[in-house]
Amino acid sequence: MITPLLTALLAFIVGGLVVLVTTGKNPLETYKAIFAGTGLNWFFPWVTCSDPCTPATNLQQTLLISAPLMLTGLAVAFAFRCGLFNIGGQGQFIVGSSVAVIVGSSFVDLNRWWHVLLAVVLASLAAAAWGGIAGLLKATVGAHEVITTIMLNWIALWVAVYLFEIGGPLQDPQQAGVPISEPVAESAKLHVFWGDPLFQGLHIGLFVAMAALVAYWVVLNRTTVGYEVRAVGFNPEAARYGGISVRRNYVLAMAISGLFAGLAGAIDILGWQYRLAVPDILVSNIGFIGIAVALLGRNTAIGVFFSAILFGALLNGTSTRNLDPEVFRPELASNLTVIIQGLVVLFVAADVLILYLWQARRKVGLGRRRPPATS
Amino acid sequence: MQPAGPVLELRSITKRFPNVLANDRVDFELMRGEIHALLGENGAGKSTLMNVLYGLYAPDEGEIMIGGKPIRIDSAKAAIEHGIGMVHQHFMLIPVMTVAENIVLATEPTRAGVLLDFDAAARRVEELSRTFSFSIDPQARVQDITVGQQQRVEILKALYRNADILILDEPTAVLTPQEAQELFEILGTLRREGISIIFITHKLNEVLQIADRITVLRRGKKIETLDRAGATEASLARLMVGREVLLRVDKRPSEAAGSLLEVRDLKVLDERGLTAVGGVSFDVRAGEIVGIAGVDGNGQSELIDALTGLRQPAGGTITIGGQRLEGASPRRILDAGVGHIPEDRHVRGLVLDFSLAENLALHEYRKAPDSRFGWLFPRRLLARARRLLKEFDVRGGQPHTRAVALSGGNQQKVVIAREVSRDPRVLVAAQPTRGLDVGAIEFVHRRLVEQRDAGKAVLLLSLEIDEILSLSDRILVLYEGRIVAEHAPDVTEQELGIAMAGGGEQEAA
Repeated sequence: MITPLLTALLAFIVGGLVVLVTTGKNPLETYKAIFAGTGLNWFFPWVTCSDPCTPATNLQQTLLISAPLMLTGLAVAFAFRCGLFNIGGQGQFIVGSSVAVIVGSSFVDLNRWWHVLLAVVLASLAAAAWGGIAGLLKATVGAHEVITTIMLNWIALWVAVYLFEIGGPLQDPQQAGVPISEPVAESAKLHVFWGDPLFQGLHIGLFVAMAALVAYWVVLNRTTVGYEVRAVGFNPEAARYGGISVRRNYVLAMAISGLFAGLAGAIDILGWQYRLAVPDILVSNIGFIGIAVALLGRNTAIGVFFSAILFGALLNGTSTRNLDPEVFRPELASNLTVIIQGLVVLFVAADVLILYLWQARRKVGLGRRRPPATS
Repeated sequence: MQPAGPVLELRSITKRFPNVLANDRVDFELMRGEIHALLGENGAGKSTLMNVLYGLYAPDEGEIMIGGKPIRIDSAKAAIEHGIGMVHQHFMLIPVMTVAENIVLATEPTRAGVLLDFDAAARRVEELSRTFSFSIDPQARVQDITVGQQQRVEILKALYRNADILILDEPTAVLTPQEAQELFEILGTLRREGISIIFITHKLNEVLQIADRITVLRRGKKIETLDRAGATEASLARLMVGREVLLRVDKRPSEAAGSLLEVRDLKVLDERGLTAVGGVSFDVRAGEIVGIAGVDGNGQSELIDALTGLRQPAGGTITIGGQRLEGASPRRILDAGVGHIPEDRHVRGLVLDFSLAENLALHEYRKAPDSRFGWLFPRRLLARARRLLKEFDVRGGQPHTRAVALSGGNQQKVVIAREVSRDPRVLVAAQPTRGLDVGAIEFVHRRLVEQRDAGKAVLLLSLEIDEILSLSDRILVLYEGRIVAEHAPDVTEQELGIAMAGGGEQEAA
């Protein structure tokens, strides 16, 4: 419990030092400005009650990013629990968003709920199949999932680019000069329940993500599927001895991981973007940040929830729109986000080291205080 | 024997850990040139005491005297300076470096202050090795020499640093019987040269063979220090465990019925594709224990793997209770009524990060009442665990405790509880008492005989001749993947030993 908090804190301290050294600005001021941009001050209205509208909008923006992050975080976390490192969240996310935008822009005559459901289900299943490929390769020929998921990422990315680029088969014919998909039909859009539906209000995808967090916990801890996945993750040899098919679980775990990432792509498209543009495909990194989310969240449902909020807030708080250029130049600030992300991954990877330092410090302290043995 | 006082004295050492009193006012003295065994069950406080002596733990109370003078040892470095050397159970050698390099590590002789003088190092190592008649090549890489030789390197390392007090932590645990004998010879030489040796162990026969005096610890307290003369295995076991221990298994003659496990011409390959088991045939009948004796690496692991579905056999048949099961999945074989106590409880027997309740459900989690339609009922897992932990006297853990927190003996009890409680027809027990102390061994042996008496077919594979002799109703000897002999349990140890070494081949049916 203490380590993830320490890790995050340490990342922020080092990030602050970077601010101080590179720009000479006061890191605390910078963090305060970023915090204001995240909208999290909405929860403390007595601090900033001058204009309650701005924190609300900012918070909606933060949560718009956090919701898919929760899902891509789960995509990494679930595979981790089976002993697999899913680097393929990004590719699975792209498959999910592509299928969602294709289904969402077709079938325009469908009833609203059926249309949303169809798009979400097909997007998730397609991404599950995509993730499952890596699991299948691991189970059959022993190809390492880190390698195969990275390669599958590139395949997904360039296929999507091909589909929606200028002259591509699924590019919007209404805008011949823009590399973008057709827009999602009204009937396939997710309901916006907070904020302006026309200007990026918060949609019900947040609840989808939270439901997925609950499902994640339930599947892992209350089903035989979860029991098998965890057994394989902790000790594949013992699992096999216990009668569990390790190979089947590799495929299943990667498919379920892909399902989560595909869901992220679906809600992102149907609730917020409404279109898939080629530049977005190229720069999107929601799937990759999912790795940091899962690492910091220690692969638990509650941990993934909070670390997704943290990373969503960071991304939003440092966006050009939100950060006061007087305090800190936003183009630098978004780099600060990347630095903090990197530090988190680094420190989580080295958390054994952090724990060791923490304990060594205590041990040394105790050793000094202990009186020498008396006769 | 020197008339002088002890070279080392520990007085009233007390060491507390959270919730545990690991050493409770322990006294210990070591004479010049004696081998002093420190005997006790796992967790009796032997290692703690030695770690205090070696400066790895600070004692809460008590003092250490060397040559009659109280000294303070607050680090391994200080211990070395006072002439104390320790050989840990797990060696601390660098595999890619040579023997000589490993020995001089951290105290390298130098030329002109900075240049390493490896020639001098090699000379010194050779000299030491000659004095104590170690046969070891200083230029060999550590990764290329045997475990027994690596241990000698560790001992040389201590001697190189002028140790005259040597602590050996369960030195025979990693050795073959022959290597252990060689070690004992070396220890004899060291003793003659005036080195004092503390020998930590829980093996009674070794103590009686090598020690001059014996100090027994139990639950952190010193029970007694006695001379070897007059001590017997039974008396030492009683001191160690605190009650009478049955060293010989008490069992009725077997009443074997129809055969439950039939193996015919079974062939199994190892990882490299070489023949590990080359066509073995045997039966195990209901109500008998069949022991398979053999030196490690003669196809035991591959045989067990094939019988339990963990490895595909390359040929032959396996029939369990009338069902042909060669090459079936582990689950099908489990469901056919095979219980399997695996040879390594950490690799296979347990998911160490799972709770005891989850570990106990490892075969049954898919069936009612543990689960229904894929839905797991953790409360029912916990309820079963509570029952089994009590029935099998597992100590030091609750149903929700993670398996890693238990001692080896209690972990093995968990494995046995799981396998036996499934009421299997055939029980395959591979080295079921590896690394356990006498109390736990007695428990495991009693359970195996109980299973036999309940009409199960028990197949026992063990590297311990004693265990095979005292438990089996029939003994098969496995040598280079073949069964080379079959014996009744009244065979002598020598006869069995010869067969295990491949001598006196007599093909069994």
